[in-house]
Amino acid sequence: MSALAVRLGTIRRRLIRRDALVVVVLAALAAVLFGVGLVFGAKVVPLPDVLRALSGQTVPGVSFAVVELRLPRMLGALLAGAAFGLGGMLFQTLLRNVLASPDVIGIGAGSSAAAVAAIGFAGASGIAVSGAAIAGGLGSALLIWALAARRGMSGLRFVLVGIAIAAALQAVIAYVLTRADVKAAHEAAVWMAGSLSRSLWDQLALVAPALAVLVGLGLVAARRLPLLRLGDDTATMLGVRPQASRLTMILCAVLLIAVATSLTGPIAFVAFLAGPISLRLVRRDGALPVTAALVGATTVLAADAIGQHLFPVALPVGVVTGAVGAPFLLWLLMRGRTRA
Amino acid sequence: MTDGGTTDRDGASQAAGASAHRLQAVDLTVGYDGAPVIDGLSLDLPTGGVTMIVGGNGCGKSTLLRTLARLLRPRGGTVLLDGEPIARLPTKEVARIVDLLPQSPVAPDGITVADLVDRGRTPHRSWLGGRARRDDEVVADALEVTGMAELADRPIDELSGGQRQRAWVAMALAQEPDVLLLDEPTTYLDLAHQVELLHLLVRLSRERGTQVVVVMHELNLATRYADHLVAMRDGRIVADGTPNDVVTVELLREVFDLEAVVMPDPVAGTPLIVPVDVHRSA
Repeated sequence: MSALAVRLGTIRRRLIRRDALVVVVLAALAAVLFGVGLVFGAKVVPLPDVLRALSGQTVPGVSFAVVELRLPRMLGALLAGAAFGLGGMLFQTLLRNVLASPDVIGIGAGSSAAAVAAIGFAGASGIAVSGAAIAGGLGSALLIWALAARRGMSGLRFVLVGIAIAAALQAVIAYVLTRADVKAAHEAAVWMAGSLSRSLWDQLALVAPALAVLVGLGLVAARRLPLLRLGDDTATMLGVRPQASRLTMILCAVLLIAVATSLTGPIAFVAFLAGPISLRLVRRDGALPVTAALVGATTVLAADAIGQHLFPVALPVGVVTGAVGAPFLLWLLMRGRTRA
Repeated sequence: MTDGGTTDRDGASQAAGASAHRLQAVDLTVGYDGAPVIDGLSLDLPTGGVTMIVGGNGCGKSTLLRTLARLLRPRGGTVLLDGEPIARLPTKEVARIVDLLPQSPVAPDGITVADLVDRGRTPHRSWLGGRARRDDEVVADALEVTGMAELADRPIDELSGGQRQRAWVAMALAQEPDVLLLDEPTTYLDLAHQVELLHLLVRLSRERGTQVVVVMHELNLATRYADHLVAMRDGRIVADGTPNDVVTVELLREVFDLEAVVMPDPVAGTPLIVPVDVHRSA
């Protein structure tokens, strides 16, 4: 082996170890926050009791709160957060623009408009609202695609078309909220805030397996991402089919966002922030997808812990992420760095 | 006319390393919208040596190169790789044989030279991305050959235009293609770096047997370094042969609308093209 080859190997292994450490730390953080969510609540349950309840034993006064309320809430936070993080990062990277995040370009707004309309006009609840949210997200994604994808994909055109669509959908949401009766309008407004309170077993039974599979598929499809970042020509010359790979990834991303939104409502800024944060945390872009998923999960779990326990009144998770995310967006814009 | 006393380069000789592959265009018609850029073109590329494709702006030379590399789908006709339609071969199998360095490739922000060059190994890896022990050796070799070893850890976006181009060439070398296509690789380089790059390509062809095909703007560099010259105009091939056979006053008129004198290059003996200034000379 030449000296240079040895040096290259050493540097590469050092970077891999460094990024692996980031991933492990994020996973540990998510696990701790998950545990915090099980232990704390209206009443503090000691960890041994939590573990006993989880293992299936009936602990009086504990089992219901932990197994029926807190566990599904934490699972929902974990899966939806990972879905938002991974989905957002995929959008931003494939469209080469930080602003091309699904919550900026109207995918989330599509889900919200459909869900709010279902609640406000049809009095829908539960699975029906989730179904409407998924359909709405897919619908707005298709519409944006049809309007923006002419001769390849320009990130900026997607952003502009998406912002226009999002504005139109906001008008739909405002219309529904003003026309629906007060009770339904309130319910719709709560849904819009982004909250984990609907993350219960009857909802999760369908959504959790779907999200788990989609996150897995998204991570596998995203293996092509480092090559696609070199541009379509170079990717093709390296044996990748750019169109097919990109379509698979975008499809995964749209489904991730739509299904996660159907569970929690739009949790502001998680999809938007996970990518840029991950880009600053890891050095190799091969580690980006898993990092973005973990950053998303950690953010939602942390925001829920803050919203539930640090304020006199419990705040929905979307309020916390919005309060933190907006300044971060301003900071990103002021630094003038909008490429992903 | 050129002087006959020069030694002809024997470009077709196969050195150890790459194996010979036959790349052919058969009755190609390529175009975006409207009138085709290339119309009914057939070309049999030599299986060794350095081939340069020359022609005026918009003559279709880059389009031809991109079609040969399967980046453009022809409207009519086929590109054959070893007799098989290239579009029907598995894309990864083609990637181990043919590589094209595009005119202005883009590198993502922050990626280092070593990381970029390492990605050239992709076609040789399994789907799971398992690295071969040889990979670091091949990457190191590509960096050394292109003079990029010192800059291996630097981010691409901090490099000069010439260094950046060498990084991309290093990536192409790491891919170890048997057929290497380059689209105007000297565009952003000063003369010294142009010559250096062309020397490198000639070496690659002689020492490793890589079949090199270059779309070139610089006519005198093309005649100097090509074993085989292809001249195009309006999407057709006008001439095809060794520079000594092909480059004539008539051809320059036909291909470039250029009035020029052709004389032997005082250094290499290859055809040297000196444009005539009609306003000054008789």
